[in-house]
Parts: sequence; structure tokens; C-alpha cells
Amino acid sequence: MGKSTGQKRKESEEKRKYQQMTKKMRPNPPILLNSLKAFLVGGAISLLGQGIQNIYINYFDFSKEQAGNPTVATLIFISALLTGLGVYDNLGQFAGAGSAVPVTGFANSIASAAIEHKSEGLVLGVGANMFKLAGSVIVFGVVAAFIVAFIKTLIKLL
Amino acid sequence: MKKFLGQSTWEFSEVKILGSATAVGPLEGEGPLKNDFDVIHEDLHIGQDTWEKAERKLLEEAFDLAIKKSGVPKDKINLMVAGDLLNQIISASFSANYLQLPFLGVYGACSTSMESLAIAASFVEAGFADNVVAGCSSHNATAEKQYRYPTEYGSQKPPYAQWTVTGAGATVVGKGLVGSRVKYATIGKVVDMGITDPFDMGSAMAPAAVETIAKHFNDTGRTPNDYDLIVTGDLAGVGYPIAKQMLLERGYDMSKVYNDCGLMIYSSTQKVFAGGSGCASSAVVTYGHILKQLKERKLNKVLVVATGALLSPITFQQSESIPCIAHAVAIENEEE
Amino acid sequence: MGTYWAAFLVGGLICVVGQLLLDLTKMTPAHVMSTLVVAGAVLDGLGLYEPLIEFAGAGATVPITSFGNALVHGALAEAEQHGLIGIITGIFEVTSAGISAAIIFGFFAALLFKPKG
Repeated sequence: MGKSTGQKRKESEEKRKYQQMTKKMRPNPPILLNSLKAFLVGGAISLLGQGIQNIYINYFDFSKEQAGNPTVATLIFISALLTGLGVYDNLGQFAGAGSAVPVTGFANSIASAAIEHKSEGLVLGVGANMFKLAGSVIVFGVVAAFIVAFIKTLIKLL
Repeated sequence: MKKFLGQSTWEFSEVKILGSATAVGPLEGEGPLKNDFDVIHEDLHIGQDTWEKAERKLLEEAFDLAIKKSGVPKDKINLMVAGDLLNQIISASFSANYLQLPFLGVYGACSTSMESLAIAASFVEAGFADNVVAGCSSHNATAEKQYRYPTEYGSQKPPYAQWTVTGAGATVVGKGLVGSRVKYATIGKVVDMGITDPFDMGSAMAPAAVETIAKHFNDTGRTPNDYDLIVTGDLAGVGYPIAKQMLLERGYDMSKVYNDCGLMIYSSTQKVFAGGSGCASSAVVTYGHILKQLKERKLNKVLVVATGALLSPITFQQSESIPCIAHAVAIENEEE
Repeated sequence: MGTYWAAFLVGGLICVVGQLLLDLTKMTPAHVMSTLVVAGAVLDGLGLYEPLIEFAGAGATVPITSFGNALVHGALAEAEQHGLIGIITGIFEVTSAGISAAIIFGFFAALLFKPKG
């Protein structure tokens, strides 16, 4: 037995009112404080990256363009290590986007998924689940890059 | 002979709690109720290889100890009713394999404790069993792994999120001579008020709790102050004030007797956001703390309303809202 | 010294954008990261990301947005030489260090560590 339109309308009205009430009664995330923490931690990680990059340029004879790759790899190594030591999740709760947005967050998403699913074995656990969180980033990055490059190349050809 | 009131409030005349037991993890073992738990583990892995095996161990311990404390020999236990939060309720099923008792698996999300207790009581009342053991479990890491993110992932939880309790609780019911009585069970309907945020369980579940509590009062003719204590399972910091207000609007003043297991199990200094959740929230607080208080006659009439959110990761990804349910069981002492 | 300040500021600000998206919208971390990667790709398409890297150094290369930038770079570099098909063959050229490192170190982390909850 379906509901009448009048009944449905009354129910959605009730639902809407309830959702409004809960929004008021719910403690919301401290937006300013979170942004400040994200800014400080994100900035600090970028600073760390800058420092590492300068080390590669000055002590390891990389050029400015070349130094980017080993820098990223080093940051990823540090992040995977901190994830394994059980430290990165605490940093994440504190910093939010400050630790998730830098490439260290990308590495954390891969390492944490790999570590968690070790109990399902290396192939079906670690291998299959590693990109659980990072997969969307890679997929959308590649598709977006394809579209952007395609449009740009087309414009050049025309 | 009719044994129910209204649409689905079951009335029991002969069912008693014969024994119960709880096993919990480190955080719960440091909380305000730590002296009321039978077993406290300091290692979140409970000495096991995987999180899933750890949860199973807790449940097996709770069942073993509950049966022992009840004094009922294992071969006189006719049935086991259990559930948990994991896919295919593996903690319950694998524990049933360990216990080797006739088994009925149930799923009510975090309302499983009272769902299993209500079912167990009705089998005894109806004469399909002399003694039934009911229980459930939850584990913080297995719940995070299944419902949210890998435990080492650096995500940031909002202040209204809840913390899945690591623990298991079990109880034996039967027609004994001593023990608190299971008097009523009110079975809830699914209620969905359109909440979609899986971190906001309290808001999603409160309406279901209100619905079941109101129905319970309506069917039994009781009022809040007929009870010494009324607890919800895990509405915690956000859902508890919402439920309290909604019940007041319906004419039920709960202020003298109402508390919530998710708020009772952790202290305010423990970093658990809005409070505890999970099957174990209502199970360990009820089977550990509340039954002890009933035994010592510090409380004489208690209504436990376990609340569950019936979502899955897929329904969330498919942008569905969160349907919830609540089941209430009244446990009381005989008049002296 | 100038680049250090710029790195801190720009890196921090990009994270603030991510934080605001997390706190003010219903987006999950995966949604926010995907959006930022796409933003990086689009900004590079518009020729705006390279100047940002010039100015802020690691402040622009460390956030995940640079991943989108690098993907576009790789694609365009190959397309210069081999036309449209170069887009597909070139996408991962510049970013292979990041992805390889993440897979390799993630795998070893799984071998060495147990989750702690």
C-alpha cells in the first residue's frame, strides 16, 4: 500500500524539520581553528620539502628541475615510516587537510591501506587494497590531465 | 494465551537473568566503569594476529564466563543468540563454532544486544528452551576497517563522531529461582529521518529510540519515573540531548532517570569525541555495570534501549540516508 | 630565505583550501584530494601552475595539486613530439617517482609493521 502525496509531503516536512534541529544541536568542527592547524602543518611540511630539495641541489648535484623527484620520494618514505610507526593517524586528527593534502597524505593513504590489509595476505590483501583511498586521486588526476592536454594540443593544431 | 501488549511489546512472566559476563579492551578498562567488567585486556589485539580474531576472542571469553557464572552446565544451554557489526556477523558465527551450541545469528547493528536478549527471553518464555545464552561484540579497529578508514589513515574525525567500544557482553537467561527478571521487551520499527552523515550516528538514531521508548510507555502504561534508570545504547553526546528533548515534546519527562551507555562507558578526559558506540556499548554497560547494580539493589527497575544504525558502506556511497532501529528491554528485581 | 617563506605560505594556503572543503561541504577526503588534483591539472593547462612553482618552490610541489600539474606536463611533453597519442604515452613520465615510491614504501611498510589502531 503506497503512501498518499499528502502523507509523503508531511513526512518530508518532518524530516526537514528534524534535520534542521539536529544541525543546531550538533557541535560543529571549529572551522577557524582547523584551518589554522591545517595552514601551520601544511606549511611546515612544505618547508620540510623545500629544505630537502635544497639538500639535493646543494649536496647531491641535482639541478633545480631534477631535485623535485627525489624530494617527493624522500617525503613519501618519511610518511610511510610514520604511518607504520602509528604516528601519522594522530597527526591527521590534529592537522586534517594539513597532513592529507601534501604528498605525504597520499603516501599515508597507500601505506595505511597496505598495512591494514596485510591480514588478508600480500596478494589479495596488500596488493588489491593498497589503492583503496588513493585510487580516486590517480584516476581523476590522469583523466583530468588527459582532457586538459587533449584540449591544449587540439588548440595548438588548429 | 496472549503474551504481548500493543503491537509488539512482549511480556514475560518467568524469565530471569541467570548470569552474565563482559570482556573489554584497554580504553574501556581505563574508564569509569572499569571495576564492573570481568576481563580487561591491555592489548587491543587481545594477543591475536588480526583485529577480527581479537573481536572473536572477546566474544568467546564473554560467553564462556557468562555460562560459568550462571551455574548452568553447558549441555543444558539450549540455544545461542548472537550478533556483531562485521559483515556476515563473523564474530558471532565463529564464536558459535567454538561454543558448539545451537545457534541463531542476528543483526541489529548496535541494537543487537537487546535484540538478542529479547529473542532469548521469548524462547524461554514460550517453552522452546530452558536456558538461552545471548551476546554480542564490537571492536574499534574492526569497525573502523570495515565502515570507515584503515586504522593508520590520517583522517580527521568531527567532534560529533563516536568511538566504537571494544568489548563483548553475554548473558544466560532461563527460568531460575534467583536473578533479576526480564519483564518486557519492546521491538522497534525502522525509523529514517534522512540523516546521511555516517559520522553523525547520534542524530540518525535518536528518533528510533524515541519511537521505541514512547511505544513502550504507551503499551505498558508505564511512565519514565516508574524506572530507576532508562538508558539508550549509544546515542552519546549528540543523540542524547536530542532524544531527551523529543521525548519531552511527547510528554515524557526523562530528566530524573535518563542516561546513555555511550556516555557512561568513557570519562570526559578520554579522547572519544561524542562518546561510545557499537554493539558492546550497550552490552558491556548493561551486562557489566547495570546488572551488578540490580543485583546489589542499588537499582530495581531498568529499561535498556539499544539503538542501531542500519547502514553499510555501500548505502552511504550510494547517497542513501541512514535507517535506524531501537529495541527496549525492561529488567527488574522482584518486589522484596 | 625568501623561498622558505613562500613555500610555507603557499603550501599552508593550499591546505587551508582543502580544510575548508572538508569542514564546510559534505566532501570526503577522497573527494577533496581528487578535486585538488584536477585543479592542479587545470591550472597547469591555463599556464598558471609553473609560475606558482617558480615563486613558492616546494610550497607548490609538495601539495597533491602538483601531481595534477606533473601529469599534464608529462602528457604535453610527449604530445609535442608525437602528437595526440603522446598524451597517453607521456602522462606518467614525470610523476613516476611519486607513484613508484608510494607503492614501494607502502609495500615495505606493510611487510614491517602491524596496524596499531
